[in-house]
Amino acid sequence: MSALDTGAALPKARADLVPLLLPAALALAALPFVGSPSTWLTLTIAGLAMGMMIFIMASGLTLIFGLMDVLNFGHGAFIAIGAYLAVLVLGPLAPWMQAESIWLNGAAIAAAVLFAMAVTAALGLAFERVLIVPVYGQHLKQILITMGGLIVAEQVLYALYGPQQIPLPLPASLRGSVLIGGAAIEKYRLLAVAIGLVVFLAMLVILNRTKIGLLIRAGVENGEMVEALGYRITRLFVGVFMAGSALAGLGGVMWGLYREQVHAAMGAELMVLVFIVVIIGGLGSVTGCFIGALLVALLTNYTGFLVPKLALVSDILLMVAVLLWRPRGLYAVTSR
Amino acid sequence: MSALLLLTGVQTHIGRYHILQGVDLDVPEGRTTMLLGRNGAGKTTTLRTVMGLWRASEGEIRFGGRRIEALVTPDIARAGIGYVPENMAIFSDLTVRENLELAARDAPLDAARLEWIFGFFPALQRFWLSRAGTLSGGQKQMLSIARAVAEPRRLLLIDEPTKGLAPAIVDALIACLAELKRLGTTILLVEQNFRVAREIGDTVAVMDNGRIVHAGTMAELAGDEALQHRLLGLSLETHA
Repeated sequence: MSALDTGAALPKARADLVPLLLPAALALAALPFVGSPSTWLTLTIAGLAMGMMIFIMASGLTLIFGLMDVLNFGHGAFIAIGAYLAVLVLGPLAPWMQAESIWLNGAAIAAAVLFAMAVTAALGLAFERVLIVPVYGQHLKQILITMGGLIVAEQVLYALYGPQQIPLPLPASLRGSVLIGGAAIEKYRLLAVAIGLVVFLAMLVILNRTKIGLLIRAGVENGEMVEALGYRITRLFVGVFMAGSALAGLGGVMWGLYREQVHAAMGAELMVLVFIVVIIGGLGSVTGCFIGALLVALLTNYTGFLVPKLALVSDILLMVAVLLWRPRGLYAVTSR
Repeated sequence: MSALLLLTGVQTHIGRYHILQGVDLDVPEGRTTMLLGRNGAGKTTTLRTVMGLWRASEGEIRFGGRRIEALVTPDIARAGIGYVPENMAIFSDLTVRENLELAARDAPLDAARLEWIFGFFPALQRFWLSRAGTLSGGQKQMLSIARAVAEPRRLLLIDEPTKGLAPAIVDALIACLAELKRLGTTILLVEQNFRVAREIGDTVAVMDNGRIVHAGTMAELAGDEALQHRLLGLSLETHA
């Protein structure tokens, strides 16, 4: 062996599987407390669906946080705007939504999702250029200006649509439940789980199998060196910010349909959970964000059923426990 | 020999601190220029200013005759400058392969070039699919240099590559840098290890307090102990 093969006994990078097992462990641990298996299954599927929606909203934020070092409290605005855009699109498409055709229902939902994602991506571009660019590297100012952006967006929605909750009914084919193992599972929750998985897998493929993904992963770790290799990371920033905003818009549409109503403060309300998920997962980590979202949502559902008053407190306790165990989150990829 | 890189009156401020106070530096094409000086003299700041990572507040930087002080870092890199920072700045979460793939900007990695790199640094081939964060310090330095030369560059800026490395790895680095030099690559090298400086340095510039206080040939400095003491406060031989 050459002297240059120093470290031939290179420590094998152990696959860090423990966090991946946590959602299953949490679900199993909750079973004896819930008691009834069918109730447990209903709560678990509901938790997974809620977790997928929170993941979709939080995944964009974690990339923005990790890659751009931007504390974007305005992310919630794109969630609310996405939901309102769905109202805007689905209103005129009400006949399609009420039709007993899965194709017409799907076309209406697809139109709402695509429109919401396109508009929130464009708004994200404007938000980044106008509000974020002047405050890169200045966290306090980022918090102030993005909170300001969130408040302005919320007030604009109030001015346009009023303070009342606006109904956003599910299409006919997604109403009702299916029976699985004696438990009634809402169809929409199954769809939410499927969409969440597709988004997660798509993000993993993009991040791990494409040059853009390679640049994003490298940029999360050391943006300066990416620039020194000849890549314009500012363009990457803009692209990621737009994608993150579009994902928030998609999350907003899905959450609005899940609740079957939208209101202007929904984005700000969800930001608490979204930030908890991003912190639990580790800044910049999509996988960590996914696991974190599932943990938060499952725990919220179980405690909401067992001790309703502890639902939000349990999420904060979960975050504290994770940070005591892993101070930089489940899968930290940045040194921040 | 004409200057590939020419700094004239370059000043750099970092926050309230005035680090470079009028640097005049001439890096001849095809030669290896050693940038020496005490800690805090401004060597790293000079390299970072050339790369555009810190902005020159005054002065002129020319690369191949073209002014680059107003360009952004990616454009400076694309002009043909490779950079190996002092902290190596490898991407720990990426594999060795992915680190090198990033360095190949517009085309896939060239197989012949890779073989050439593996000739100097066989450990990189051995750990091709390992995460870079699991490499030893010496292997990380190999990767950092390999990344800078994964594609041909006209100029390499290398900041203290041998710091803390085992002698065998230092020898490999010297061999690699000597080969790059033979192939005509211009190198500006910040180095504290005199053996490295003496073996591959053609010209030398010594910095103190943000200025170049001496410029000449490496042979001249190596042969004049009094000059070494005056400029660097030490005898280079005793620090080999």
